[in-house]
Amino acid sequence: MSTSVLPAPAPPVETPFRRFVSEFFASTIAVGGLVVFVIIALAAILAPWITPQNPYDLAVLDIMDGRLEPGSVGGSGITHWLGTDDQGRDMLSGIIYGLRISLLVGVGSAFIACMVGASLGMLAAYAGGRTDSVIMRVVDLQLSFPTILAALMILAFLGKGVMNVVIALVLVEWAYYARTVRGSALVERRREYIEAAVCLALPTRRILFNHLLPNCLPPLIVVGTMQIARAIALEATLSFLGLGVPITEPSLGLLIANGYEYMLSGKYWISFYPGIALLITIVSINLVGDQLRDVLNPRLKK
Amino acid sequence: MLLYLIRRLMQSGFVLVAMSLLVFLGVYAVGDPVEILIAPDADQFERERAIVALGLDLPLWQQYLVFVSKALQGDLGRSFVFNEPAIQIILQRMPATLELAFGSMFLSILIGLPLGLYAGLRPDSPVSKGIMASSILGFSLPTFWVGLMLIMVFAVQLGWLPSTGRGETAEILGTRWSFLTWDGLRHILLPAINLSLFKISLVIRLTRAGVRETMLMDYVKFARAKGLSPTRVTFVHVFKNILIPVVTVVGLELGGTIAFSVVTESVFAWPGMGKLIIDSINVLDRPVIVAYLMMIVLMFIVINLVVDIIYTMLDPRVRLEAKA
Repeated sequence: MSTSVLPAPAPPVETPFRRFVSEFFASTIAVGGLVVFVIIALAAILAPWITPQNPYDLAVLDIMDGRLEPGSVGGSGITHWLGTDDQGRDMLSGIIYGLRISLLVGVGSAFIACMVGASLGMLAAYAGGRTDSVIMRVVDLQLSFPTILAALMILAFLGKGVMNVVIALVLVEWAYYARTVRGSALVERRREYIEAAVCLALPTRRILFNHLLPNCLPPLIVVGTMQIARAIALEATLSFLGLGVPITEPSLGLLIANGYEYMLSGKYWISFYPGIALLITIVSINLVGDQLRDVLNPRLKK
Repeated sequence: MLLYLIRRLMQSGFVLVAMSLLVFLGVYAVGDPVEILIAPDADQFERERAIVALGLDLPLWQQYLVFVSKALQGDLGRSFVFNEPAIQIILQRMPATLELAFGSMFLSILIGLPLGLYAGLRPDSPVSKGIMASSILGFSLPTFWVGLMLIMVFAVQLGWLPSTGRGETAEILGTRWSFLTWDGLRHILLPAINLSLFKISLVIRLTRAGVRETMLMDYVKFARAKGLSPTRVTFVHVFKNILIPVVTVVGLELGGTIAFSVVTESVFAWPGMGKLIIDSINVLDRPVIVAYLMMIVLMFIVINLVVDIIYTMLDPRVRLEAKA
């Protein structure tokens, strides 16, 4: 990134980063998505301080408040804006706490998968030959199976648990990153700066991570954003099927599954509102990802 | 061509061996095989007898060979829950899943094609923009939640359609099918719509892209110049040409549809293979889990192989690449 020194107070220098920011903010929809996502993330982080009730403190739950309609006032004087579930738990609090688990699993698994996939993808592109073909064969194999099936298979062996879900998601997602990074790394490694680095006899690790990786970042960021949304949706699906997170740490998917049986008797809110929360989260991330793709795609540049 | 075919077959064989090793290791190394393969209510004496009978005292590589040779004979163990051969239970559930998968593929064409055609012919109309926006939703909404909403609206609030089960079935060729009875059709509609949402979006996008591309072709211009009516140009010259790629892609989605029916079947309590595997995982009926995984792996390998071979036959470039 070049930071040229100009006599101040000239208008701000156009660095690649500034251009990226201004191009990103050109789309109102994407900015809206970003704002919504930041609000959701803040709510999840600040959950203990902003929720009306700690949904997992059994002392404050009153079974008499069970399945109250949205907007009704419970025995403890709290107004349940989104109703309560069968345990008398405030749905709004439950959803915000559920968001914590969903975001943690989604973002965490996407991050780990990105590191694993990017390392392997770069290695494949840089080493070439046999290493490359072995890694890419595994990637092809992985991508030819639907993600839900691979995740199902892994969880059938590992069993339930937040950690196991993260492992399963990493194992099904790394291939996307590997393929993306390999593609851009293959182009970058023929550039002069890599040649220069090789001529300087820098250690391979340093060439890979300090020289090659930063230049492969743009497509990686796009894939990463989209994969976070996919990971959150997949985690919710797995938890809904009863294979994901345990009942003690309910994510949005598990909350939805919880309300499934009551929905048939017309008590829609136990499933409906967690679903809306899930929907808003996924769509807001996708909107940001869409705009990132447009901004970072070199093919669309002049 | 023959050489390519042989090489591709060997590759598939290799993948099958690798996957069977993975499933085997998953069951035998990650979990305790004694707990997995012997019913949990067996006493000490029965356990020891079963360990010897199942060959669990043998070294791991010998056990793997036994597992493979049994699997090749179609024996993938007996279910603890049903006390029947696992493979037989899965085959019994297969028609329900296939029916649902084909139903949803049919719906995706029926709904997706006209919408995509409209969006492609009038790319700037607000209706087209609406169609494209909904197709994004179709890609990003979680299937299971949409299923719940369908049940909530059409089964609970409006009461138009039943929410769960297969309904009445009629028998053809020794298997029972829902789509042959009116009640069965009413039951299959919601799950099929739910399962087809993703594919509808896919078909809309493919059709739209195809139409926009084809409209610029010389033969379309020529047909117009010849004075043919717009309807004739659209349906004979444009539509026919985009139909083949669209149908091909939907056909390729068959495997994914069968895999994803796991979710839809669980939501709508549709008694197919997908519901079976989820139930089996929940009650730890591991022989059924292993049998399901092996069958689905085999199915995917076969689908991928067939697709590759068809592509080679259709596209000479792939053939030349393989030769080089």
